[in-house]
Amino acid sequence: MSTRPERCEISLTVNGEVRAVRAYPMERLLDVLRHQLGLTGAKEGCGEGECGSCSVLMDGLLVNSCLVPVLQAQGATIVTIEGLASDSRLHTLQQAFLNCGGAQCGICTPGIIMAASHLLNKKPSPTLGEIRDGLSGNLCRCTGYAQICEAVAEAAVRGGAVQGNMR
Amino acid sequence: MNTTSIVGSSVPRKEGRDKVTGRAQYIDDMSLPGMLYGATVRSSIPRGKIKKITFGAGIAWDEFVIVSAKNIPGTNCIALILDDQPCLADGAVNHPEEPILLLAHPNRHALPKAVDAVAIEYDPLPALFTIEESERQAEIIWGKDNTFKRYLVEKGDVDSVWSKADYIVEGEYTTGAQEQLYIENNGVIASFGAAKGLTLWGSLQCPYYVHKALMKLCALPEDKVRVVQMETGGAFGGKEEYPSMIAGHAALLAMKSGKPVKIVYDRMEDMTATTKRHPSRTRHRTAVNREGRILGGEIEFVVDGGAYATLSSVVLSRGTIHAGGPYYWPSVRIRARAMATNAPPHGAFRGFGAPQCLFAMERHMDRIAATVGISPVEVRRRNFLKTGQTTTTEQVIREPIDLDQLLERALALTDYRAKRERFVEENKLTTRKKGIGIASFLHGAGFTGSGERYLASVVGVEACADGRVRVLVSSTEFGQGTKTVLCQIAAETLRLPYEDAEIAQADTEEVPNSGPTVASRTVMVVGKLVQSAARGIQQTLNAAGLLSEVYSRDEFRQACAKHIAEHGEFKSWSRYEAPPDIFWDDEKYRGEAYAAYAWAVYVAEVTVDLTSYSVSVDDFVALQEVGRVLNPVLARGQITGGVAQGIGFALYEKVVWRDGRMLNGQMTNYIMPTSADLPAIRVYFEELGNVHGAYGAKGIGELPMDGPAPAIVNAVEDALHLAFDSVPLLPEDIFEAMQAGSKSEDELRTPQEVR
Repeated sequence: MSTRPERCEISLTVNGEVRAVRAYPMERLLDVLRHQLGLTGAKEGCGEGECGSCSVLMDGLLVNSCLVPVLQAQGATIVTIEGLASDSRLHTLQQAFLNCGGAQCGICTPGIIMAASHLLNKKPSPTLGEIRDGLSGNLCRCTGYAQICEAVAEAAVRGGAVQGNMR
Repeated sequence: MNTTSIVGSSVPRKEGRDKVTGRAQYIDDMSLPGMLYGATVRSSIPRGKIKKITFGAGIAWDEFVIVSAKNIPGTNCIALILDDQPCLADGAVNHPEEPILLLAHPNRHALPKAVDAVAIEYDPLPALFTIEESERQAEIIWGKDNTFKRYLVEKGDVDSVWSKADYIVEGEYTTGAQEQLYIENNGVIASFGAAKGLTLWGSLQCPYYVHKALMKLCALPEDKVRVVQMETGGAFGGKEEYPSMIAGHAALLAMKSGKPVKIVYDRMEDMTATTKRHPSRTRHRTAVNREGRILGGEIEFVVDGGAYATLSSVVLSRGTIHAGGPYYWPSVRIRARAMATNAPPHGAFRGFGAPQCLFAMERHMDRIAATVGISPVEVRRRNFLKTGQTTTTEQVIREPIDLDQLLERALALTDYRAKRERFVEENKLTTRKKGIGIASFLHGAGFTGSGERYLASVVGVEACADGRVRVLVSSTEFGQGTKTVLCQIAAETLRLPYEDAEIAQADTEEVPNSGPTVASRTVMVVGKLVQSAARGIQQTLNAAGLLSEVYSRDEFRQACAKHIAEHGEFKSWSRYEAPPDIFWDDEKYRGEAYAAYAWAVYVAEVTVDLTSYSVSVDDFVALQEVGRVLNPVLARGQITGGVAQGIGFALYEKVVWRDGRMLNGQMTNYIMPTSADLPAIRVYFEELGNVHGAYGAKGIGELPMDGPAPAIVNAVEDALHLAFDSVPLLPEDIFEAMQAGSKSEDELRTPQEVR
């Protein structure tokens, strides 16, 4: 008989706030964000790191939060879609997605915006090819990606990387 | 007073802000106090009798709520058309993954182990897995002859054309199953109380379908069932009929436990257990003269419906009517059948039978061209339907169409002629063979035939005391832009700013039945009703002397406030009435099949790499005539998204079956296009307008699914001079065909060399 794992205390910075949670070490970061911290912007599409709809930034890197055991996030700085807009003002990327029709059903949108923000932080003026490559880990079934790529290009022109948002 | 036109402009999506900030509430973002989680025990075999169910050791079964077919208060079926599909298998199963038992527990992590611990013993029965096996009738698995539905369309005297033909061109074409692959899996929450009855929140397209199904399953009256649509993360037809099943399951668990129950599928359960596009087989036999004109022909269209009838008859109907493409047939006989197999039922998916039969038609046009010795352009030009001619169902085309002009523009946009010549030269020197292909097609908007008359959809518009108006419809938003466009129509009609129009949540307690959100009908049919209900508000205020013909936003607000102060709630209703000149014969399948058609010509340019045998789409032009475009950004998004799904259908998305079960039910092994796989999809509209739709709109949502597969496979033939008649077309198919091709070339060559 294996013994049940104990919950442990994990401290992490989420959208600029230090948060402490009690969780099983192998619990998925996605579940901790959604169920314990009430941040339901990251979505579960496949649960195996294929669709990217659970994408968040962890210490500035783009991760699939369904594949991250929460223990690995101990002490990490996490940014989710909820951390992007400040108060009532949308982030440049969010505004560009609205203007260009980058969101249709919206379920992949939080993940894709996080991937786009990661891309613009690395490459503030990406080419169309770099945008297509940079988003290729995030699946969208609605748009055919054209208007998503245009939104990222528009945000780049307007300085989408400026806030960098990694408070 | 608002002077700029709202209709025709790209106003922002109504719920867009919530979607880009992550605030939009999808079903899995919702929870209720004391909520349990539900799971489904499913059959592991395709067909057989259930002998024994054992609850295995090591599970605290007393903590679980368990529901079987015996616990169903009403009728054990998913009410839809024939009501032949059980909600839970009762003694026998007819496909893999058929639901047998339901479990619920407060801890969702306790469920997978418990599902695995239920052992089911079966007496297996022989099962059928293909259209051909079903046709041979070695086993009868449904009805008298395994046939869910048949149609026969007859126009003119086909039997007399064969003797006049210069060529008789035959071909057989097949298409595979395709998964809708919305990124949000199916999910619902059900809650039950004796006083309020049953409430169901879910990810779904058609609240009133679920409403009807729950009434029958749970034996509850109309006012004791409430269905609420949550934000829905993609549907594409995949949430047309299936939500009634998962809703029924959650409802049964909620009724038995007295607690709210959430069921959300994981990806593999969603892919293996829920509906897909019907696999199909189409046979053409066409009489053609030496100019390449069609004299007449026979078309046989057959779909694999899976184990239960569900929507197969309707899918078959749309396929039957679209089977002749946008061409003039002096005579034709179309025989269509939907067959039963022991796979999970196939169902609605964008295009609904049309992508299947149009793939066949458009491949066959290229075969006719090759036989006669004319170009793919010329064969189409010589056979296009023209205004005043009749379709295969003898519907007179009254709308102004100019397919020649549409084709010519598409060719100009792609530089088709020059490229085709250039590729012939360039291909001689490279292993990266380029080709270019065309598909021309049509898509009927709205329900088929008398469907809209039977639906008799109702729409409401409510005016509020603060001058805002609310659109009351059960038509749902799942990405296409329903909320936005219907608000544009209401605002435009009432000459109010777009911001003053909003739309009620699709909640059966509040909104009337405006019909299902399917069949490219929402903007054209429901939009027209919104327009007329909005006009009713205006007319009432005019007649009461509260508003003049010309008014400001403020005057409208004051008039509404006064009307509400005097009479209370202020709502205007509008019900669908069929136009007087629409005639349809359900028996003979003859007449006005659709009130309007959208027309399109798509051109695909491909490269086939003969080192990897993979096909890439280098350029794609989608040109269509869809009536008036009410929101250019949203309309373009519909086309690019549909084309992307069409490219997946053509080149990537293969469902691998074993004994009726999908083997590759994961996103890692069922491959849909990523942003790196797709070309720039160039979208163009012609706007000729339409008398039936709101502000001249026709249907648009399904159209772009029809053209990509044939355009791409036609382009592959152009590149390789090899005719492929089946999709998906994967690298291994091309490899095999080229191996076979080179073998037969060798065989031909050898004897000559000997001589």
